Amino acid sequence: MTFSPQLEEKFAKMLTIYPEGRQRSAIVPMLIYAQDEVGSITPELIDEVARRCGVPPLQVDEVVGYYSMLHRKPMGKYHVQVCTNISCLLVGGMELYEHACKKLGIGHKQVTADGQISLEEVECMGACSWAPAVEINYDFYHHVTPEKLDQLIDGLRKAH
Amino acid sequence: MPKKLYNEPSPLETRVLSARFGLENSERLDTYLAHDGFKAFHKAREMKPEQIIEEVKTSALRGRGGAGFPTGLKWSFVPRSSPKPKYIIVNADESEPGTCKDRLLMEYDPHQLIEGILIGGLAVDSHKGYIYIRGEYRYLIEHMDRAIAEAYAQGYLGKNILGTGFDFDLYTHSGAGAYECGEETALLDSIEGKRGIPRMKPPFPAVAGAWASPTLLNNVETFSAIPAIIRDGGAAFAALGTPKNGGTRLLCVSGHVNKPGVYEVPLGYPMMKFINEIAGGIPGGKKLKAVVPGGSSCPILKADECDIAMDYDSLAKIGSMLGSGGMVVLDETTDMVKFALRIMRFYAHESCGWCIPCREGTTWLRKILQRFDDGGGRAEDVGLLGELSKNMLGRTFCALGDAAAMPTISIVEKFADDFEKRLARDRQMVAV
Repeated sequence: MTFSPQLEEKFAKMLTIYPEGRQRSAIVPMLIYAQDEVGSITPELIDEVARRCGVPPLQVDEVVGYYSMLHRKPMGKYHVQVCTNISCLLVGGMELYEHACKKLGIGHKQVTADGQISLEEVECMGACSWAPAVEINYDFYHHVTPEKLDQLIDGLRKAH
Repeated sequence: MPKKLYNEPSPLETRVLSARFGLENSERLDTYLAHDGFKAFHKAREMKPEQIIEEVKTSALRGRGGAGFPTGLKWSFVPRSSPKPKYIIVNADESEPGTCKDRLLMEYDPHQLIEGILIGGLAVDSHKGYIYIRGEYRYLIEHMDRAIAEAYAQGYLGKNILGTGFDFDLYTHSGAGAYECGEETALLDSIEGKRGIPRMKPPFPAVAGAWASPTLLNNVETFSAIPAIIRDGGAAFAALGTPKNGGTRLLCVSGHVNKPGVYEVPLGYPMMKFINEIAGGIPGGKKLKAVVPGGSSCPILKADECDIAMDYDSLAKIGSMLGSGGMVVLDETTDMVKFALRIMRFYAHESCGWCIPCREGTTWLRKILQRFDDGGGRAEDVGLLGELSKNMLGRTFCALGDAAAMPTISIVEKFADDFEKRLARDRQMVAV
């Protein structure tokens, strides 16, 4: 299994930055970067990361299950993450999440029928002072209102 | 053009760590150098390692990640003479609900953090460091990578830094979504490529941390405070705060205030003055109900407890904590049942499952709170919530169990009325 030249370069460097014999340290970063390219954590990807880090696939598999950003099933091309933790909750985060469910017609960790957009109710993502917050893939949006979320989602739909 | 800040600064702030926030291209090395950057590193080069650590002790700097442990003392625990390599790990896994300050320190002033790390390297004889950044902060990982590359290119990282003979390599490391990895020993397991499960202490990370080697592990803000401490002297930093609570810190205020944001104030700053004058008071003329002083794991304060100086010891005296600096303000309309439930949904989701009191306790508490919020509350639930929480305290490897229990105990004890009113309403509905 190979990745894009940019990612291959990144991974080659990644394996050199940890102490000698400790290459399994690259497992978590390698998984999350590879997921961005592959779309999800597939069995084939687990085998590949295990091979590169020099551990049995099972040791990668057990790591996958622990981290909430790693998904075994593909999420949408655009992964909409709405925070409802306390700071967001107090200023409309829960209503925003419910609005997103209605707007997209899907629930937590579900994907729209066309595979383009997925939704997740997430825990605090460090945008508390600019709540309510949404992260789409890796882009942060602050002070999000239902109207602003509609515009964002409509924009995503137009983009493909 | 000056950089647009996430929120307007307040004239009442004391900006030491955030002094360069808002400068044009504040993230660039030349901007940093033009504004006191690397003066501290040069000074530290002339000092003996013990003198650096002594200066940090004098500053009365305490860990800004949440626990508030004296930083100089932590540094002194790293065995300099150990034949093993020593590592520096920066905890940038900022994920305590209510906390969003390390983001700004990395975004606006990455070279201040790098300089702090280098001084730590000089103090404990370390030549390699890793910044563990939560996966959700991908843009900051890329941002820090650019700053690190710039520092390498200009001789501020790598071999023979600035001709001093000191070598230091620095890397970023991405997390992938796990609150537990902010706990320092779980972070170490995570950086070693494992599930983030906390370790038995001792040995402490200073002695056997990353890859079984001595490790200096501090929060982003803690390292970011080091350049000012060495540059202006530990005594000057200490003098900004109160005894044993040196310096300034970044407070992230959120919830029901007119001007939510991240503001830097001295330790010991009066909480009500902070809420009313810096954070602009509560919207709509509503009354204050409660304050979460430093992240969701801190016992909550009732309005009448908030006339207090914000330092570690004053908060400890009234049974709470200054924590990670994430202050959440609740107005009189806040539903404490829903608030307690949301906190427990978080901890139940984030419990790593290693310790049974935490794994089972958070799940049961979440279920009871959910049932209560859904209208199925029972008269004995308030007592049960408190009792279950108390049974978790101190019975887990790491602080997550306590972090879930403490706010719950404080909410059911201080806001029992809210639960009683819900019960009465539910009974009425059944009667109708």
